[in-house]
Amino acid sequence: MTNSWTDIKNTDLVLIMGGNAAEAHPCGFKWVTEAMQHRKAKLVVVDPRFTRSAAVADYYAPIRVGTDIAFLGGVINYLLTNDKIHRDYVKLNTDSTFLVKEGFAFDNGFFSGYNEDKRSYDKATWGYQLGEDGYVKVDDSMQDPQCVFQQMKKHYSRYTPELVSKITGTPKEQFLKVCELMAGTAATNKVMTICYALGWTQHSVGSQNIRTMAMIQLLLGNMGRPGGGINALRGHANVQGITDMCAYSEVLSGYLGAPTDADDTREKYLAARTPKPLRPNQMAFSQNFPKWHTSLMKAYYGAAATPENDFAYDWVPKRDGAYDILAMFERMHQGKINGFICQGFNPLAAVPNKKKLSAAFIKLKYLVIMDPLETETSEFWKNYGPLNDVDPTKIQTEVFRFPTSCFAEETGSFTNSSRVISWKEKAVDPPGEAKPDSEIMARLFIKLREMYAKEGGALPEPIAGLSWPYINANTPSPMEVLREINGRAIADVLAPPDPKDPKAPRAVVVKAGEQMPNFALLQADGSTSCGNWIYAGCWTQAGNMTARRDNADPTGLGVFPNWGFAWPANRRILYNRASADANGKPWDPSRKYLAWNGTSWAGGADIPDMRPDAAPEQGVGAFIMNPEGVARLHAVGMNEGPFPEHYEPFETPVGVNLMCPTNPKAVSNPAARVYKGDLEAFGKKEEFPYAATTYRLTEHLHYWTKHSRSNAIVQPSPFVEIGEELAKEKGIKQGDQVRVRSNRGEVIAACVVTKRMKGLDVNGKKVHHVGIPIHWGFKGVTHNGYLANALTPFVGDANSQTPEFKAFLVNIEKV
Amino acid sequence: MSSLQSQDVVARSATTTPSPSVRSTPQIAKLIDESKCIGCKACQVACMNWNDLRDDIGENIGVYDNPADLTPSSWTVMKFFEVEPENGSLEWLIRKDGCMHCEDPGCLKACPAPGAIVKYSNGIVDFISENCIGCGYCVKGCPFDVPRISAKDNKAYKCTLCSDRVGVGLEPACVKTCPTGAITFGSKDDMVTYGEKRAGELQERGFKNAGLYNPQGVGGTHVMYVLKHADRPELEDLPANPTISPMVSLWKGIAKPLAVAGMVGAVVAGFFHYMKVGPVESDEKSEGADEKEPS
Repeated sequence: MTNSWTDIKNTDLVLIMGGNAAEAHPCGFKWVTEAMQHRKAKLVVVDPRFTRSAAVADYYAPIRVGTDIAFLGGVINYLLTNDKIHRDYVKLNTDSTFLVKEGFAFDNGFFSGYNEDKRSYDKATWGYQLGEDGYVKVDDSMQDPQCVFQQMKKHYSRYTPELVSKITGTPKEQFLKVCELMAGTAATNKVMTICYALGWTQHSVGSQNIRTMAMIQLLLGNMGRPGGGINALRGHANVQGITDMCAYSEVLSGYLGAPTDADDTREKYLAARTPKPLRPNQMAFSQNFPKWHTSLMKAYYGAAATPENDFAYDWVPKRDGAYDILAMFERMHQGKINGFICQGFNPLAAVPNKKKLSAAFIKLKYLVIMDPLETETSEFWKNYGPLNDVDPTKIQTEVFRFPTSCFAEETGSFTNSSRVISWKEKAVDPPGEAKPDSEIMARLFIKLREMYAKEGGALPEPIAGLSWPYINANTPSPMEVLREINGRAIADVLAPPDPKDPKAPRAVVVKAGEQMPNFALLQADGSTSCGNWIYAGCWTQAGNMTARRDNADPTGLGVFPNWGFAWPANRRILYNRASADANGKPWDPSRKYLAWNGTSWAGGADIPDMRPDAAPEQGVGAFIMNPEGVARLHAVGMNEGPFPEHYEPFETPVGVNLMCPTNPKAVSNPAARVYKGDLEAFGKKEEFPYAATTYRLTEHLHYWTKHSRSNAIVQPSPFVEIGEELAKEKGIKQGDQVRVRSNRGEVIAACVVTKRMKGLDVNGKKVHHVGIPIHWGFKGVTHNGYLANALTPFVGDANSQTPEFKAFLVNIEKV
Repeated sequence: MSSLQSQDVVARSATTTPSPSVRSTPQIAKLIDESKCIGCKACQVACMNWNDLRDDIGENIGVYDNPADLTPSSWTVMKFFEVEPENGSLEWLIRKDGCMHCEDPGCLKACPAPGAIVKYSNGIVDFISENCIGCGYCVKGCPFDVPRISAKDNKAYKCTLCSDRVGVGLEPACVKTCPTGAITFGSKDDMVTYGEKRAGELQERGFKNAGLYNPQGVGGTHVMYVLKHADRPELEDLPANPTISPMVSLWKGIAKPLAVAGMVGAVVAGFFHYMKVGPVESDEKSEGADEKEPS
């Protein structure tokens, strides 16, 4: 979330799209009901199904799965055509005035630079025109046809309400009603928030779904403001924490891009990630990258990381290709992986195309499971009849199961969607021989280190040199680990030199050995260590900031500054400088969040997301991480284009992209990666005519709570949902057992026949949806069921590789 | 569920002696605001947990309601109604079903077992299991079809409004757990005031007939709803004008004196029979034979 759960109460309009907050986030949803009751905020829900969120909404509009960009692109067109934008905000806070390169073009589904063989773009023609001074050229009138504003206007003028309705199936008048409600927040004293979740991310265009909405929020002037923002609702209690610590291959802790094969020296690596400002006076805060990275290397390798060995840069793996979740199982499927340590993860259930996953696990020599529960993955080799029809005599994979403690059985921290890190104490001891994950990993590490010491091996240094500063090496305590993540001074940290008297002695601001107070004082010379720069400040000399439980909200704006610790810098709303106008006055005096008091930005409701002494006339932009200083409407970083464009899901019930009907190569995301074999496994609308989507139910959490009796009682057995019209066509009655097939597998479940899912008119044809809740499997105390991911396609978003669980094709019949 | 030796009972089933009412407590009520309810069933689980109930793991019968109805082990369930109050306007009404705790409780009136159903001065209607004879009259007496007879112990069960919690100053478990504030708890007066305020806010939001459901046919209830369509409670399976069944009224009203007269008559007749004919002898031999079974 750019804002926070508690901030939702400040909003005037809640849009729930690409998520189902009432269903999947019932506790956080209290802030939506709070806004509705006390601010008279309106709730709008756009979803293929009339959900539990829709049940309490003021307005609901249906949409076909996988067409959100068409819908939101239409909203952008509506806002620009009807001049419903917050013009001053847009000029101040976005790149709308920036000039785009002359060679940039979009034609019939492709942006300039497309390479069909590689399924990727050469981005040379994308991006801004630079002047001789190294800064971007701008046109403040926003009239130049090359300026981002005009380029954007041209791009989205194609998204007419008629065409939007034809693609999305949303009736035109309902689409326009939603546009009108959203457009109302272009007023300076109105703000909208958007709550989304995996309904937007789990698409082959997932990142662009979110970007389109971000553009809308920028055009309406809703970013950085109380009651506004782009708010991703995270699905596990601590999934924000796992992303922050970056326990995956593309990034290091704190979202520092991980090195690749191209970054063969530290110098090259740092240079590529340390951008210069693109406009005068901008903070371009990521210029500090070397400080964050060096401090991270000191946390990894301690005394072994020295200036002489480039702070052990050579010991860190350099990525030679993709290692995202889909790539990993593709490699396993190709037989290129021998062993797999599967920690707190149930991929047989949670990754698309169960058949492929099952075939992949069979190729492993060994599989280690670390989990509190008996997962399906841990018994992929066991025959459960049609639910898992394998022959154990043909499977040689050796499976080890390490029982781990559950969240309530260990002390530690959670990071929630609001980026608030909260400390919690252990409630009970884990049962039997279950151990905390940290202990299992520590013991494994100690053993490996011993083996390297005794037997040697290729490149033993990264193991031998790893910093392991814990009192008991086998059981690092969560307190020790969080202190290490926060970071400390290794040598005295001195104040920066005084510009007036550069030779004056510099004061010591952090003494050697002390905990770092924040990330601003991290150093690139090896004198500080920090396990995750954005968490710096969570455990200072004053103690564990994440354990704070002061529920005071001094301004009444839902800030709660002394409750836990929010990264970064305990800031509760990101980009909050944008809550004030060019002169530093709050856009809305009734929600005064931050203001320039003549000398400083301090003293507001929150920690300013701005250099505290940056006077408004200096023109320092609110989006300090970007070298532009402003937010991007034109984003070169995206793999399928700088402006989001509608592409059909890889399995489309329409078969054509109505935005470019004559280009069969741009039906689906042209930059998305598709593996051989997976392409053939896609189904066609002729055989699988119904648009399917998977989702969660409020009664369960993923594949965990089917092991809990209380949850099983309130949602006992698998089901799928279809509308009454489709049910009638297929002769299916309430509660009948039905078979749902995709080109990859099938599930059999009870059928909920509902008024809440209606056939949509898409391009002159009726498209029906089939809804598939995910929670059942062949382990647990609920009734056993088929894994929903037997059906889903093995393709992901072109940027994040998040699988397309939310839009695919199926057929359905009564059993 | 069981007697708490309470001194604030204002009514007891099938009992003519005065109730132990030395203490009195303020009238309380639970208010369920359906416009804020998201049907998450946290209240169902909280109820199970607090009351240590675990129902059977059932089957999905094609709806979101699970368990599909109240049972002896499920004292509250969410009921989902897909309705179209106006042409083409779909609404998904979600109602937390359970005991309404009537001011004039039909169950208590119908109950023939002395002290099996009590009403406390705070308004809670409670079943005292040790006195329950499992006759099922409470089921017939309830205008909301709430009590359920357990096949295991042949006793009636329903929501106690967490009388054990309320008795020590806590809110009911469902209220405590409700994540959206759809369930609130307080004095009856406060809840009526708040409910009417909420109904007014819903009217402003466009639900013209929003209102408080506190049916007077049973003297008002200590569980009330804010309904989006208070003019049509039957949309979500609530009686528009609940009253105690005429059969119960008949039993308590006209039939009871007759029955009492009948019983008195039987006693009198028995007395005269004893005086005139002497005691009825039992078959002592057969009874004695039973007692002489080897121990």
